[in-house]
Amino acid sequence: MKEIILIKNGELALKGLNRSTFEDVLIKNIRRRLSGLGEFEIKKSQSTITIEPISENVNMQKAVDIISKIFGIAGLSRAAAAQKDMDDILKVAESYLAELLLETKTFKVEAKRADKKFPLKSPEICNEVGGYLLEKFPHLQVDVHNPQLTVNIEIRDKYAYVRGNQLKGAGGMPVGTAGKAALLVSGGIDSPVAGWMMSKRGVCLTAIHFASPPYTSQRAEQKVIELLQKVSEYSGRITMFIVPFTEIQEQIKDNCPEELFTIIMRRFMMRISEKIARQDNCGALITGESLGQVASQTLYAIGCTDAVCNMPTLRPLIGMDKDEIVTISRKIDTFDISIQPYEDCCTVFTPKHPRTRPTLEYVEQAEEKLDIDALEQRAIDGKRFITVG
Amino acid sequence: MECYFDNSATTKVCNLAVKEMYPLLAENYGNPASLHKKGDEAKAALDLARANVARALSCNSDEVYFTSGGTESNNIAVFGAAEALKRRGNRIITTAIEHPSVSEPMERLEKQGFEVVRIPVGTDGKIKESDLFREVNRNTILISIMLVNNEIGSIQPVRTARTAVKRAGSSALIHCDAVQAFGKLFVIPAELGVDMMSVSSHKVHGPKGAGALYIRKGVRIVSPVCGGGQEESIRSGTSPMPAIVGLGAAVTEFKRFDSTIAKMSIMRDNFVKEISQIPSIYINSPPDALPYIINFSVEGIPSEVMRNELSSRGIYVSSGSACSKGHRSKVLTSMRLPNSRIDSAIRVSLSRYTTEEELKFLAENIFDARNKIRHK
Repeated sequence: MKEIILIKNGELALKGLNRSTFEDVLIKNIRRRLSGLGEFEIKKSQSTITIEPISENVNMQKAVDIISKIFGIAGLSRAAAAQKDMDDILKVAESYLAELLLETKTFKVEAKRADKKFPLKSPEICNEVGGYLLEKFPHLQVDVHNPQLTVNIEIRDKYAYVRGNQLKGAGGMPVGTAGKAALLVSGGIDSPVAGWMMSKRGVCLTAIHFASPPYTSQRAEQKVIELLQKVSEYSGRITMFIVPFTEIQEQIKDNCPEELFTIIMRRFMMRISEKIARQDNCGALITGESLGQVASQTLYAIGCTDAVCNMPTLRPLIGMDKDEIVTISRKIDTFDISIQPYEDCCTVFTPKHPRTRPTLEYVEQAEEKLDIDALEQRAIDGKRFITVG
Repeated sequence: MECYFDNSATTKVCNLAVKEMYPLLAENYGNPASLHKKGDEAKAALDLARANVARALSCNSDEVYFTSGGTESNNIAVFGAAEALKRRGNRIITTAIEHPSVSEPMERLEKQGFEVVRIPVGTDGKIKESDLFREVNRNTILISIMLVNNEIGSIQPVRTARTAVKRAGSSALIHCDAVQAFGKLFVIPAELGVDMMSVSSHKVHGPKGAGALYIRKGVRIVSPVCGGGQEESIRSGTSPMPAIVGLGAAVTEFKRFDSTIAKMSIMRDNFVKEISQIPSIYINSPPDALPYIINFSVEGIPSEVMRNELSSRGIYVSSGSACSKGHRSKVLTSMRLPNSRIDSAIRVSLSRYTTEEELKFLAENIFDARNKIRHK
């Protein structure tokens, strides 16, 4: 029996003349992500993409897991391909769905006849398949309104596909269709979630991480790599820039009022990130800020950090509560990594009583003692990069 | 230059162990429980390793049981003794500064209804002998005391446990976690008056994955590990032969303890004298600690910052407490050190291969690192 994966596009279907460009990006993404599993034939027809393994012994469950994390897909299912005659369809339905049918009580059959040359009409196919399955699995009951299992029969040009319930896809838009943006990532809970959310809208990610050895350790950096690896299961490959930040933090600590430490530090991060982002052809920055979560994320503080940046800064978490963010981080499996206890650049030198309502004037004045350009340049010159995912 | 000062975490495997392990992987790969020639050959290697460890502990071969390491030895000893003696009483005595492989089993036993008494330590990192005499009574079934503490190197008065047991007329078993002492001090279980003693291979220049539990002849415990009955049912599971043979080889490389200890003490004293010139430095290890472990705090510099800085210079030490977000060291807390000292604690642990020059280099770099890290 030949097994394939059927994919239903998400929002893509709503696009007008651009649709096929979007679909091509999606197919390219699918092909790249599946490349480690073996060889596949990937084809599109109408709003369905079919993925057929060519190599032997392909781990189909793994393929489904991978595809369920690719953005731009509304739903997917594993299906068996049957010959386009009723006898084979019935036989395949019985054997392919046996396990599922044995563990359910109520079911219904839906049929779709894309190939109108097939002799039976859709309701007739439903009747025949339903009757046959009831005979073979006498414990089943038909429930057309609320079935536990919907058996789907799809008659297409080459084969008839038999499948059970459809799985939900990751939704969103194919990564790469919305350009590229740079994610500021520390190692906490929020930034990976922010990256994931923007990637869901089709943004390709670059990451920027600030490291402050010896205040932060190699493990803190490794933790960020692990986080990005999880995000890359959704977003695809990520380039991560690691920027040395110790000197800047020490200079701020020595020369600026303690209560402004975090704000001034974040202004440096924004300025440096913008420069790196522009070099890397990014159209925006992404941060994990959530309004009012900490002192540096009040409206006043964000106003002060935003003032140094001439690039759109996307803050997808801005209106979310911590528990909502945590829910997503658990879903994308970054939570347990985020809570590993390593010092990161944001927790080094944290002031005891940070200013929550800084004015821009006061902050700018406090920065005057620093040779901002030189500090920034040294940090940018010292950056390294690695590729994740 | 790379300098390794984390020998209480693990050690480099000595050349002899490396050499003797190879044939166990490539040629003599049999299962010592198999009753054919291949098995017999493995059994011979196992017996030889056991004899070597027995010689190192001055005990009989049939008192040495191989395990997967110190943690497993401690678990088997604590759970095994509690299970065997639970009908005779339910009081267990231990210290507040045991390694987690003893203290965690103790917590579990406490949840099961045993009364666990944890004797605190003083600022010298040692328990008081009078506390032992006071706490041990006829209802006591197990006493577990480590010989050398892994964080500060303090040496506990283990021998007093036997005296306390005798005076109380108790039938308690005495277990000693000697993982940090083995290979550095003369540890003879019979001399210390203990019934069980745990040792580990990778702390004494053997490979990871092997350890041993000494159980005095005639003492019966009920091991929590069940299976094929290997190691007289104390530690079921196919014997990890390469690791066991590595341990067997490593123990034959032990040097004379008295002269080595004297040499290490001089090195330790010189090093301590050197770093004592740093302002706001405190030596947390007591002066009579095992000279292989030196715990100190450079107040004002968090442990992990000093550790990271030294690491970037190719010098490897251990931080007393994992991280500001992590938990504080139980041992240092039990010694009632102020938090500022606990949070800046560094552990330097030596091996018999450590040289005078390396320690000089370390002291210089601590000076230098401290000057570089002016913050926090």
